[in-house]
Amino acid sequence: MVRYSFKRLKDRFERIHISLVQNLAKAISHPYIPNSEFKTKQSMLKELRIENIDELYLDVPNQYRLKRRLDLPRTKSESEVKHHIESILKKNTTNQDMPVFLGAGCWPHYVPAVVENIIQRTELLTAYTPYQPEISQGVLQLLFEYQSLICELTGMDVANSSLYDWASALGEAARMANRLTGRQEILIPQIIHPERYATLTTYMEPVEIRAEKVKYEKDTGLFDLQSLEDKVSDKTAAVYVENPSYLGFIESQGEEIANVAHDHGALFIVGVDPISLGILKPPGDYGADIVIGEGQPLGNHMNFGGPLLGIFACSGEIAMIRQLPGRVIGMTTTQDGDNRGYCMVLQTREQHIRRHKATSNICSNESLCAAASAVYMALLGPSGLRDLGETITLRSHYAMKRLSEIEGITTPIFQSSHFKEFTVNFEERGVQEVHNKLLEHNVHGGKDISTEFPEFGRTGLYCVTETHSKKDIDNLAEALEEILKEGGV
Amino acid sequence: MKDFKQARWNEPVIFELGRQGRRGFIVPKVEGLIKECVGDIGTLLPEKMVRKSSPELPELSEVEVVRHFTRLSQMNYCVDLGLYPLGSCTMKYNPKIDDLLAHQPSLTQLHPYQDEKTIQGILEILYVLGKWLAEITGTFEVSLQPAAGAHGELLGALIMRAFHKLNGGLSERTQLIVPDSAHGTNPASATMAGFDVVIVPSDKNGCININALREVVSGKTAGLMLTNPNTLGIFEENIEEIAEVIHEAGGLLYYDGANLNAILGKARPGDMGFDIVHINIHKTFGTPHGGGGPGAGPVGVSQQLESFLPIPRVVFDGIDYHLDYDKPHTIGKVKSFYGNIGVLLRAYAYILSLGSEGLKTAAEISVLNANYLLKKIAEIGAYDLPYDTERVRKHECVFSVKGLKQETGVTALNVSKRLLDYGIHAPTAYFPLIVEEALMIEPTESFKKEELDRFVEAMRRVAEEAKATPETVLKAPMNTAVTRLDEVKASHPKTMILSWKMHQKRKKASR
Repeated sequence: MVRYSFKRLKDRFERIHISLVQNLAKAISHPYIPNSEFKTKQSMLKELRIENIDELYLDVPNQYRLKRRLDLPRTKSESEVKHHIESILKKNTTNQDMPVFLGAGCWPHYVPAVVENIIQRTELLTAYTPYQPEISQGVLQLLFEYQSLICELTGMDVANSSLYDWASALGEAARMANRLTGRQEILIPQIIHPERYATLTTYMEPVEIRAEKVKYEKDTGLFDLQSLEDKVSDKTAAVYVENPSYLGFIESQGEEIANVAHDHGALFIVGVDPISLGILKPPGDYGADIVIGEGQPLGNHMNFGGPLLGIFACSGEIAMIRQLPGRVIGMTTTQDGDNRGYCMVLQTREQHIRRHKATSNICSNESLCAAASAVYMALLGPSGLRDLGETITLRSHYAMKRLSEIEGITTPIFQSSHFKEFTVNFEERGVQEVHNKLLEHNVHGGKDISTEFPEFGRTGLYCVTETHSKKDIDNLAEALEEILKEGGV
Repeated sequence: MKDFKQARWNEPVIFELGRQGRRGFIVPKVEGLIKECVGDIGTLLPEKMVRKSSPELPELSEVEVVRHFTRLSQMNYCVDLGLYPLGSCTMKYNPKIDDLLAHQPSLTQLHPYQDEKTIQGILEILYVLGKWLAEITGTFEVSLQPAAGAHGELLGALIMRAFHKLNGGLSERTQLIVPDSAHGTNPASATMAGFDVVIVPSDKNGCININALREVVSGKTAGLMLTNPNTLGIFEENIEEIAEVIHEAGGLLYYDGANLNAILGKARPGDMGFDIVHINIHKTFGTPHGGGGPGAGPVGVSQQLESFLPIPRVVFDGIDYHLDYDKPHTIGKVKSFYGNIGVLLRAYAYILSLGSEGLKTAAEISVLNANYLLKKIAEIGAYDLPYDTERVRKHECVFSVKGLKQETGVTALNVSKRLLDYGIHAPTAYFPLIVEEALMIEPTESFKKEELDRFVEAMRRVAEEAKATPETVLKAPMNTAVTRLDEVKASHPKTMILSWKMHQKRKKASR
């Protein structure tokens, strides 16, 4: 008589159970994978005269075939996935739960329902790069319109159909200036976003382009023209400024800087927040050769900082156009000349044709974000963008005024005109300490820049847009007043 | 086969629509008290920086905007409409639940510089996703920062640079080796990272010529960029030897993840000796490609390269998640913030939905589908299968239209265009470069057998037409929104129109 211990019985049962479950799992057809259905799969295997799919992997050397299950969760139902992810995301607190006064390269702006609706249309969302133009006219015309709208907004002749973000666009712009001039030096403002600067460095280092920082005027933050004159030379590939600057003030010496750059045979590159261009002078009007910027404010959500939208536009000389990085869409006609149509152009600049001699390695870009921006610009039109620019300016100035009335705060630290961001100096109190207390008041302060720019003391960079109501701003002011009155910890 | 006819709207350019004074959007009014407090806008801006004339944007009502873009969308093919067999592009189904989750305000309304206490949810997702991708690729640590595959390649090449620099060998190690069958982004990324590109030829089996590789490898070698399975859909079975050759020479082995879909859960690049791996999230993990992007291109590395990854890194202390900027050997940043989070969240949802078994099934069925198509298309007899005809392919296969061209004058381009008439997107044409008149076909796991059969039938028809009525094929497409476009005119310096402004200027000049 064979005696089974309970444990052995249990083990045996479990083994049978596992093999049953495994077989069952193999037989279940996955909703995303139609041919995983058993009979279809069998008929296809039969067609290939094989017994099982592993025979298709016999050319993978045995020692590299994975003999175990990947250590990942098991297949889940849609409702489980939804519940799981939503419950994790719930741990976030967003600007819908508390006013957030952060900007610094990613800004809270309202995204109209029309924009959301159009870019969620599956025809645009689930399309690939328009390699076959005749069947992809929708995306192509949309991107041509994006390029055209960006040209109008920035005052340039040509724009590409997007790069990753402002920071990488700056890297590409520096390399383009280097290719055009054969020079190895670019002059940049000392007041620049540290992440943008870090990205620029990453893009420049392999080709040995150096960045020289131009000093700012102590009182205004503006480009110190004397420092610019001192540094500019026939080695300068380009002079770069940002408008509005990283710290929110408007650089009003565009023309003077352009002249200095051009007098030395250098290019003039301007980085912009495009949402300011409804009311601010377009860089094309003050001599820019290349305009880059962050297109996220034009109809794209913040999404924790990505995807963003790198704007890249330039003047229309053929030498410039030949050095453009990224995809460009052009308008043409059908071969019979009867109809208008659109296709990707100047592909001989790009990696899939020119390979190691391409102007950039970029392939996938941010087309859908560009599409969102096109819809946004079309929706707002000139009057909408002007109204928006005014609203933002008035609200941010109201915030500066309100905060500057508080004892212990100086804002802004520069005597310049500002657009939507501004510096707030807390004099005696640490920014982080104040911000922690603000969170207790359910308000999120700006970005602490005390370590980035120690010369400005205990300073935060605040951002106010059309999404911040008067009440939000008043709440911020009242909370700060209370916090600063309480004294330090 | 039933007729296909794409919508055709003759839709004007947006600048030709609308009328002065129309509005598509009302901006919230500024509270009266604010105006009283800060005064007139004119006093707040520097006179010389005020925009004098409005940008020449169209003025449209909301209704017109919606109609215009809806009409445009109808003139666009997409993966939700049918087969999209672009080789190396992995156009698989994009699950709807992933989109829905990516549109939650708890993600879309998050600012990247928020206090860590307020972003624990998203940090958890990014942290776990990084771990999952490391497990899938067999790497030690993953950075989610790159915005696309090519961006990941650039990062990978920069990591090689940083590695050799730290080891004092960068001045000698100036060459990055790339096979002649590589994606164009490989050599382009290598150049961007400051390397000289050395091309190594393929052998008669379509794999890296190992002898040729030995010849080009030297003390100058920084590394090798390799796609496996390669762009012919063939698994580089000498991978062990390749890795040995490169590593012995002191180089690093880079894995181009464009074709990772074929081996999910079946084999891992890290186990094969790859030191750096990029992943095309928008290919392998089913995120929508949006007509060109955004994608995401995470990079995984082996333990010895971990310290070079970009900052910040998401770390977990057992209780909370943090962003760690303190990495002395880091290459720095390749873009602002942390990556294309909206895309990465979808990938998280995708992996969670399929799980380990589902990912493996996806790989297996994608390979089954590709080999099924290979057999069926080969049986047509009109398309040549270059390289080893007996050998199984992985996720894709490459045919040549060379024979058909000699016989009928019909090229790979013509075949591609004619397929559009049948409502099927064309395969990738003229790539890889080592195959003349190439058609590179990747069905993915997302299409049912009947759809694959319909594609085979279309290929058969086109071949028959090429012989019987070549005009039909040469004139194609006829059923798309527009007929064949003049792409030469589009790119010629004298005729190119890259913006509406350029169009207006040309019109004026010709008057």
